[in-house]
Amino acid sequence: MQPLEMSAVDLVASLRQGDITAVECATVFLDRIEATNGSINAFLAVDREGALARAADIDARRKAGKPVGPLAGLPVALKDVLCTADMPTTCASKMLAGFRPPYDADVVARLRRADAVFVGKTNMDEFAMGGSNENSAFGPVRNPWDLSRAPGGSSGGSAACVAADMAPVAIGSDTGGSIRQPAGLCGITGLKPTYGRVSRRGLIAFASSLDQIGPMARSAADCALIMETIAGHDPGDSTSLVVDVPRYTDLIDKPLTGVRIGRVPEHFAAGLDPEVAKGVEEAFAVLMAAGATVHDVHLPHAKYGIPTYYLIAPCEASSNLARYDGAHYGHRAEPGKGHRAEPGGQPGGFESPLVEMYCRSRAEGFGPEVKRRIMLGTYALSAGYYDAYYAKALRVRRLIRQDYLDAFQTVDLIGGPVSATPAFKLGEKTDDPLAMYLVDLYTVGTNLAGVGGISFPCGFTKSGLPIGFQLQAPPLAEPLLLQAADRFQRLTDWHRRRPQAMEGGKA
Amino acid sequence: MSTSPQTLTTKDVAKVGLLARLALSEADLERMAGELSKIVGFVSMLGELDTANVAPLAHPLDTQNVFRDDVPAASLSTAEALQSAPRHDGECFLVPAVLGESSAA
Repeated sequence: MQPLEMSAVDLVASLRQGDITAVECATVFLDRIEATNGSINAFLAVDREGALARAADIDARRKAGKPVGPLAGLPVALKDVLCTADMPTTCASKMLAGFRPPYDADVVARLRRADAVFVGKTNMDEFAMGGSNENSAFGPVRNPWDLSRAPGGSSGGSAACVAADMAPVAIGSDTGGSIRQPAGLCGITGLKPTYGRVSRRGLIAFASSLDQIGPMARSAADCALIMETIAGHDPGDSTSLVVDVPRYTDLIDKPLTGVRIGRVPEHFAAGLDPEVAKGVEEAFAVLMAAGATVHDVHLPHAKYGIPTYYLIAPCEASSNLARYDGAHYGHRAEPGKGHRAEPGGQPGGFESPLVEMYCRSRAEGFGPEVKRRIMLGTYALSAGYYDAYYAKALRVRRLIRQDYLDAFQTVDLIGGPVSATPAFKLGEKTDDPLAMYLVDLYTVGTNLAGVGGISFPCGFTKSGLPIGFQLQAPPLAEPLLLQAADRFQRLTDWHRRRPQAMEGGKA
Repeated sequence: MSTSPQTLTTKDVAKVGLLARLALSEADLERMAGELSKIVGFVSMLGELDTANVAPLAHPLDTQNVFRDDVPAASLSTAEALQSAPRHDGECFLVPAVLGESSAA
């Protein structure tokens, strides 16, 4: 089997056995990126030189009998929201064009210690705000299954690069569905771990009480492998849990006998595409054939998930993004001349030259969706509105979380669709911010409740677009999520399908 | 919260823009007044719920407080901290005057 088609688990084994060298492996994927990135735009930066040097070092150590890490030689793509000391980190924003962080994110440091080989940084919605990857300041990503369609977002580049065989594994982040939704729309597997399972240090913050990093790969088994490296306590993130990391790869190969899976009838209400509904129902049947039982459960406040999320996330974002001030790093507007005559002078002026520099730098550096969310969050936190909007949303968040905790009294997992539709056309929703917000319908609850979720392919539409299935689990039940997804993938081959346009190494 | 949707005027948007430190053109003010009114109207559906006896949940973890050992560790050097600064003099970040009138005042 060719490296491009191999699972991460098999690649690591082949590298260990010497069937392939790390340099050969890196070269295959780097060549693939070079051949296909022009049409997909999944990567914002590719580090061929660094990757090959790293791979050569791993080969030399292995040859000399020196120790190598558990992922030695495995190519990994990193969403450009993760700080890397040796590659630019932009968050797909003009604000951070060319920015070089002074340190690695904890996840990046862990992967380095495990001897993963970073091939590059992947495209995304600016500051992870979006569900289509069209909010990137550096152009949208195209879905490898249909280049006229969006890959989903915000981790659209990470999803597309795995779907197009440009990397066996990518790291994403998920604030309201940003791993699971693009994984679903691109036909790959993506895990959003329990809040706190993976350190957020060095993940450029969007909404700190919701953000979580996770693996995106072709299979649950590959996600399990990566979780063993990236999960765990980090003293540098006070919200990272002090809980031992299980050997996920040892725990997943178990039958589903007796596992109770909840099905939420409200998920199948109007708005769900009939082909998606059919694929999801068939996935329940596969899980039942594997020994699981399916039971109706209710999440009574689910319909309040989107409005709750679109208050809490923008409020936290408006605070987190206050750090982009044109002074410490990032874009700074040129001072002075002609400003008086330009549009953009706030009625009443800017208070001082410093404030004017802040306002102009941010106006120039941020794109429209980021500005919209900063404005919405600032409004909802401002005097007179805080209780009505932000505090109200926090109260509803507790109700939503309680729904999950109640449901998990009677079931072990909750299953359903990831997205109401398959991948939509580029440009289809860009004129209507609210329509774009609704793409997160089935995914935001996981983040509000702080629990884990996984998405994986469960079929295809007649027109050949992937359909995603989502499972959600109680806190720290990643082994069960991965076990159920892995069992599903032993019984189906949806996750082995490849985009037609991609076959033969050409886009 | 009232269940009747809030409407933001361009004046409201300009005020929020200054709080958010975002320079906005007249066209931005017009567009955002419409977009934000629509979004605020949508999220106002939370007003349907009686949450009088529900405590706010800011964070999904049960953790109350976290302490670490108080031991010295390396921090960024001045050069590292300044490496991405748009303007600096080798020791400090340089910014425009903190007091005084702006050119657009």
